Order: sequence, then structure tokens, then C-alpha cells
Amino acid sequence: MIAKLNRSFRLLSAGAALSLLMVAAPAAFAETPKDTLVEGFAIDDIITMDPGEAFELSTAEVTSNTYSLLVRLDMNDTSKIKGDLADSWTVSDDGLTYTFKLKPGLKFASGNPITAEDVAWSFERAVKLDKSPAFILTQFGLTGDNVTEKAKAVDPSTFTFTVDKPYAPSFVLNCLTATIASVVDKKLVMDHVKPITVDADHKYDNDFGNEWLKTNYAGSGAYKLREWRANEVVVMERNDNYYGEKAKLNRVIYRYMKESSAQRLALEAGDIDIARNLEPGDLDAVTKNADLATTNAPKSTVYYVSLNSKNENLKKPEVQEAFKYLVDYDAIGATLIKGIGEIHQTFLPTGQLGALNENPYKLDVAKAKELLAKAGLPDGFSVTMDVRNTQPVTGIAESMQQTLAQAGVKMEIIPGDGKQTLTKFRARTHDMYIGQWGSDYFDPNSNADTFTSNPDNSDAGTVKTLAWRNTWEAPELDKETKAALLERDAAKRAAMYEDVQKKFLANSPFVIIFQQIEVAGYRKNLKDFKLGPSFDTNYVGPIAK
Amino acid sequence: MSIVETRQEVRPRKGRALSFAKALGRFLFAAATTYLGLLAVTFFIGRVVPIDPVLAILGDRAPSHVVERVRREMGFDLPLYEQFYIYLKGILSGDFGTSVLTTNPVMVDIRRVFPATLELATVGTIIGSVIGVPLGVLAAVRRGSIADQIVRVIGLVGYSVPIFWLALISLVIFYAQLRWVAFPGRIDIVYEYSFTPVTGFYLLDSAWQGQWDVFYDVFRHIILPASLLGYFSLAYISRMTRSFMLNELSQEYVVAARAKGLSETRVIWGHALRNAAVPLVTVIALSYAGLLEGSVLTETVFSWPGIGLYITNSLQSADMNAVLGGTIVIGTVFVGINLISDLLYRILDPRTRNR
Repeated sequence: MIAKLNRSFRLLSAGAALSLLMVAAPAAFAETPKDTLVEGFAIDDIITMDPGEAFELSTAEVTSNTYSLLVRLDMNDTSKIKGDLADSWTVSDDGLTYTFKLKPGLKFASGNPITAEDVAWSFERAVKLDKSPAFILTQFGLTGDNVTEKAKAVDPSTFTFTVDKPYAPSFVLNCLTATIASVVDKKLVMDHVKPITVDADHKYDNDFGNEWLKTNYAGSGAYKLREWRANEVVVMERNDNYYGEKAKLNRVIYRYMKESSAQRLALEAGDIDIARNLEPGDLDAVTKNADLATTNAPKSTVYYVSLNSKNENLKKPEVQEAFKYLVDYDAIGATLIKGIGEIHQTFLPTGQLGALNENPYKLDVAKAKELLAKAGLPDGFSVTMDVRNTQPVTGIAESMQQTLAQAGVKMEIIPGDGKQTLTKFRARTHDMYIGQWGSDYFDPNSNADTFTSNPDNSDAGTVKTLAWRNTWEAPELDKETKAALLERDAAKRAAMYEDVQKKFLANSPFVIIFQQIEVAGYRKNLKDFKLGPSFDTNYVGPIAK
Repeated sequence: MSIVETRQEVRPRKGRALSFAKALGRFLFAAATTYLGLLAVTFFIGRVVPIDPVLAILGDRAPSHVVERVRREMGFDLPLYEQFYIYLKGILSGDFGTSVLTTNPVMVDIRRVFPATLELATVGTIIGSVIGVPLGVLAAVRRGSIADQIVRVIGLVGYSVPIFWLALISLVIFYAQLRWVAFPGRIDIVYEYSFTPVTGFYLLDSAWQGQWDVFYDVFRHIILPASLLGYFSLAYISRMTRSFMLNELSQEYVVAARAKGLSETRVIWGHALRNAAVPLVTVIALSYAGLLEGSVLTETVFSWPGIGLYITNSLQSADMNAVLGGTIVIGTVFVGINLISDLLYRILDPRTRNR
């Protein structure tokens, strides 16, 4: 009987082997099509493709490649600006009116001509939609009631933008490089607007095409957006109507891939050309592979540990300073953030106007003990830190736990999901928090403002800057930051920010640890692949194969 | 046993219809309460998690007046029971709300992601039962032998090794080294333009449209994740088959069959397995349902755009409409599969008919 059974099993295993062979047939090396760029990218943060609404990092990259702006950052020197759709611009003597002349013969991907009217309407819809990024424009005094006056087309090729104060021109222009200022195809979008009944919550009778534009496209960038399927793919195709140098490849595809190790495998196998979310271990392996290369660029995101002044101990300036001496910057830089960050102790990221590159603090337990004794806490104290359960922040928190213990400070780590720790941070019920801040727009004011400004320090305060979230007031620094905003001489403006950073470095409840570096691994057959200094300057247009 | 059967056979036709209506009524009532409970629990858990849903929607940078406006628009400022009432009302009129993450109506999203999971789980279950059942039979027939031990080890490994790790290792071997299978996702990007899915089941769609190169590509994509899921359910199925078979093989009718001189193949596959098949159907159905809801890690590693990934992402963003919608769909499928296995039970086991 066993012989019989054996026979049927032999049959079964033969079948299994046969099916394996079938699968195994073509063992050729995979390659992406010649005319297509394929990137593996964790694009799960994308929630909308409407440039008037989107404020996510992955969307910023897609928008900047598919839409045009009036002006862009100059990639050779990011503290400067160059024209995109704008051929030239002038600032009136009172510093209030900016006049932009458009380049001649511009066309949207749809074929419609680009006029100043489109620019004006793009500003109008961004302000009236009033979504997350709208403040980048409304901070210049634009409201739903005055936007048609403040941002208007004088003639088909002239657009004027009027601001409420004589701001530093560098500030105004830097803000106009943000994706919220993208120019949308008015004629095309108008065909898709949805009527809305006007009531207390809805001031306008239509949605400015917001619903349609969430998943559709009306721009004029180097590429046009063909499709976005959430958590699956973003497909872009070359825009032949683009005014500038045409994109080299026919299409660019972002494939949703979450896992670093999976991205690495697909990159090694040639199924993707670029891997965008490599962690240190996988990055190492990519560096050693002869077919692959890596590139990196510092991004305008800084990681910090903040101390909430609601905690009586953390409120003391000596304790705040002591904590700056209780971080093992060298060890963190050499291991935890190797390849993905560089030690940076000031709040302005390298690359922005006025950024200060000074890292005066080192791990110094003796000095910290001295400071703690001065604060009346010679034996240390106990404190908690809210840490979201991802790397590298968990590793950094654990490292700090050890170094703080050397000075007698017992730190308890409270792990949590990202949104959970953030909710707590924004309610300012934490002791210590480790987080990151990316500039909202590529101008020093973005970071300077959030780290120093706190107009209402009560729990009911609605301007939840980082200073507010840590119950900290710095009226002097705030005043200087506000003054820098109106300084029209760029060099003087830069000097003012340097001064604010120095004072902040010496005296603030923020231990700034490092600046993020974005890294990507790519196949060596790619030409001209570079990462930009911000997430909306990762241009794919120049990439060739 | 047969006495019971005869007694039921003579029941009048009318009584049978009545009992069927009763059974149906009981089933519907049970289903309705299950749904309500499922909804209430998911809804309230979703609302009490310490995550501000508006923050999840707008991100950290949104100015406070926008936050307040959106909170009002989404109805988060209303009391919880009122929010639940509004939600229930929507569901009864077929409106499951809109996903915040994807901005689509939840049902549109689920129609897109669910076929991916269903296809994967179906292939996985087929692999798991086609291999798992014979392995279980082998282990039972050769109880205590080396073969039995090997099957036991295979089962234990499948059960205890984290599927996440197993997925990565198998990718390294079968994808990176041997290049037998394709990765990532469900289909190669070269077919992005030439292949338009209709039902969302890529294997069926490509075969139906006669695009055999696409079919082959889809097959190469699905085979590895499906084998992993199959292995996972194989572990369970083979264990259960073994114990069911041991139970059957010790029955008197097996001795009788052997005494009659039937071949061992007939006795094992024709008699014992046929009897063991009845509870086995439930086991396979349950493991199938389990694969439908529980392949989040596999979907993450293989970048498989299925419902597990969809619900996890939504949950992390406190996108409750999507989570609730997904829960309802999975709940429905779960109930449906149970019902189908009940029906199969009736077909396979005459004794349970008309009961």
C-alpha cells in the first residue's frame, strides 16, 4: 500500500517540479524601457494633485515637474532667483508692487496659450480655496476679497502682485517659488468646476475645479501628469509644449514601494532606475555595487529635540544649555544618520539665505553637570520624551537617554505612532519631543518664524509655532526676525538672520541635531540625475539614458 | 446515523420550507447584528485613538483657521453618537463616504484594491490546499514516520517564521538571484499602456483579452507572494488534514473497506479523505478568509496594491471612512465565505441537508 502512495506522490512532485520549470524559463536580466524612467518611491503621502491644495513632499516633486511658476530657485546658487514663465520683473520704489513680464509664446500642455490672466486666476483660486499651503500667499495681505485687485493681469503678458508691506524682495520672490504659486490652465479647469451652494461655510459658488484637479492635470511643466493611482503609481509624460529645454525621456513612472530593502532588490535587478528611500544598510550595499551609484543633496529639514517650558526643570536656561552638551553628536553623525544627515546645530538649513554653519556643541558631561548644579539640580531629575517609532529618531532618543543618564538625568522614552506623538506635541502636553521641521517655502523666514515667533503663549493660542508648542517666548528674537523680513538689502538681511541664529544657539529650549540629506541610489546608465536642495527642486526633465 | 437521516427524509415539504425561511431569518438577523457591532466597534475605536483626524488630513503645517474649518466640514465637532448616526444613515443609502487619503469615494477605492487582494488570496489558497491536503494525508497515513516529522517541521516553520522575513528572503533568492519571478507590484510597467483591466483580476482579464504575454507577466508577479501566502495556509491546512485523517482512518468503515479488499488508494483517497473533506472545507474557507484580511505585510513587501495595504495606510492617517468601508467589505466577505462553506458542507455531507 505504501508503494501505491509513493507512486501518487511521485506524480505530485513531478508536477510541482514541472511547474517550477515553467516559471523558471526566462532568466534574463530585467531592464526598464529605454525611453522611460522608473523610480521606486514611497509615494503614500500623496493625497491630492491640485497645486492649490497639495502640501506633501512627494506631491511637491510631481508638481514642480509638471507645473510652471513665475520664478524658480537658481540651482547654481539657491539664495538667488531666476525667471520661469516670467521673462523679467521689477519692484516699485515703495517696495509694494511687483510687475512680472511673461515670456512670449507660452503654451500649456493642453495647447491653450499662457497669459497673465491664468497667473492671476491661479493666485485667486489658491487664496479663495484657502487650503493648507495658502498662507504662503495670504501672508502678503491677500484675502478672498482683495485678491483680484492685489494679483491681477494688466495686459495678456503683464502680471502685477501687490503686497501689504515693503518686504525684502528676496522673501517675496522665494515664496513665489513654492508650488502653491503654480500657474494653472484657467480655460481647461473652468470646464470642470463644480457649483457649490453659498452658505456660512462656503463663500464661493464653485470649487475652482478643486475636485477635478485633485486627480487631473492643467499645467505647463517639462512633464505632464498622465495618471496618479494612490499607493500604486504616478505616470508622467513629456510635455511637447514646454517652453524650455524639452524633457529627454518620454515618460517617468514613480512606482509605489515602501520598503528600503525591496527598493534595493529592484534596483539591483534593474526593474527600477532610481531607488528613493534607501536606509543606511541598503545604501551601503548600493555603494559597493559596480552597476549602481548614489547621489545626495542636503534638504531644508532639520531634526531637533525640544524642551517644553511647562516643565519647571526644563524651563531653566541652565538646564536647556546642559542638554545641548548632553548629546553625542559625533557618534550620532558617524552611525545613526550616516549618509542621511549631517550634524547641524542652527535652525536655518544650509542652502538658505543667511544660514549659519556653526556647530559649537560637543558631548561634555562635566560641563553639563556644572550647569545642572547651577540650576539647583546637581543630582539630575526625571523627564519623559515622546518619540515616534521610526528611525533615525528612535536611535537618537536612545543615544540621548544614555548620555543624559551620565549627568544623572533619567529620561523615559514614550514611543508612539507619528500622528499620535504629533497630536500630543501640538497640545503641548509633552516634556521633551524629538521631531523634524522642513521649511514651508525656501526662505529663511519660514524656519526663523516657527522657531522664534509666539504671539499668544496661552493654551488657547492659535498660532502653533514650534516656539508656542514648547511654551517658549523670545520677544527679542521675534522682533529681529520681523525686522529682517522688511530688510530690502539681501546681504544685510542675511546678517540679521545670522545674528538671530547665534542668540538662539546660546539660549533656547531647542537642541538642533542635524540637517537631513536626501539620498538616492541609481543605475549607472542614467545621465544627469541630480537631487535638488528642496523637495520641489528634484527635477527629472534633464535625466537621460 | 442512518436512522436520523430517514426520520428527516419523511418530513413534509411545507415544514421544510418553513424551516428554511426560519434559518434564513436567523441568518439575516445574525448578520445584521454582526454588522452593527462591527461598525460600532470600529467607529468608536477609530474615534478614541489619540490622533487628531484633522491633523492627519491637513498635516502639521496647516494654519489653525483652516484646521477649524475642516473640523466643521467633516463633522468632527459634533458629539460622537451624532457622528455615528450620520455615518449609519449614509451607509443605509449606499454612501460610504469619501476617503481622505485618495479623495475617491471609499467604494470606488475598494473596487480598485479588493480584486488585487482577492486574486492573491485565491491563488494562495489554491496553492495551499493543493499541496497542504496531500501533505496532511501523507503525514496521517505514515504517522510517526520521517515523512510525518518533515511535514510537521514544514508546518511549524510556516507557522512561526515571520512572513515579512520569509518574503524578503524569498525575494532575494527567487527574484534577485535566480530571476524566476517578477517584482514589484502586479504587472510590469511596460504594460501600463497596452493592458486595460476590466474586472481588476489581472489573470482573468489578460486571459479573457487573449493577451498571453500579459498573462505570463502577471503570473510571474503573483506566483511568489501567492506561494508565500499559500505556504502560510498550507501549514494550517496540512495540520488539520492530518488530524481529520487520523480520526477517519481509525473508523470501522475503513477497516471494513480494507477487509473487503479495496486498494489502499481507494480507501485513503476515496473513502477516508472524502469523509475528512467535510470539516476540511471549513478549515480551507477560514484560512482563505484569513488571507483576505491578513496579508498586510506581504502586500507591503511586494508593493501589492491590495486592501490590506489600503486599510493600514488609512488607519495610520486616521482616515476612518476608508477603514470602516474596508472593514465592512472584509466582514461581508467573511460572512459570505462562511455561508458558502455551509452550503458546501450540505453538498458534501448528505446528513446535514434539510437540517
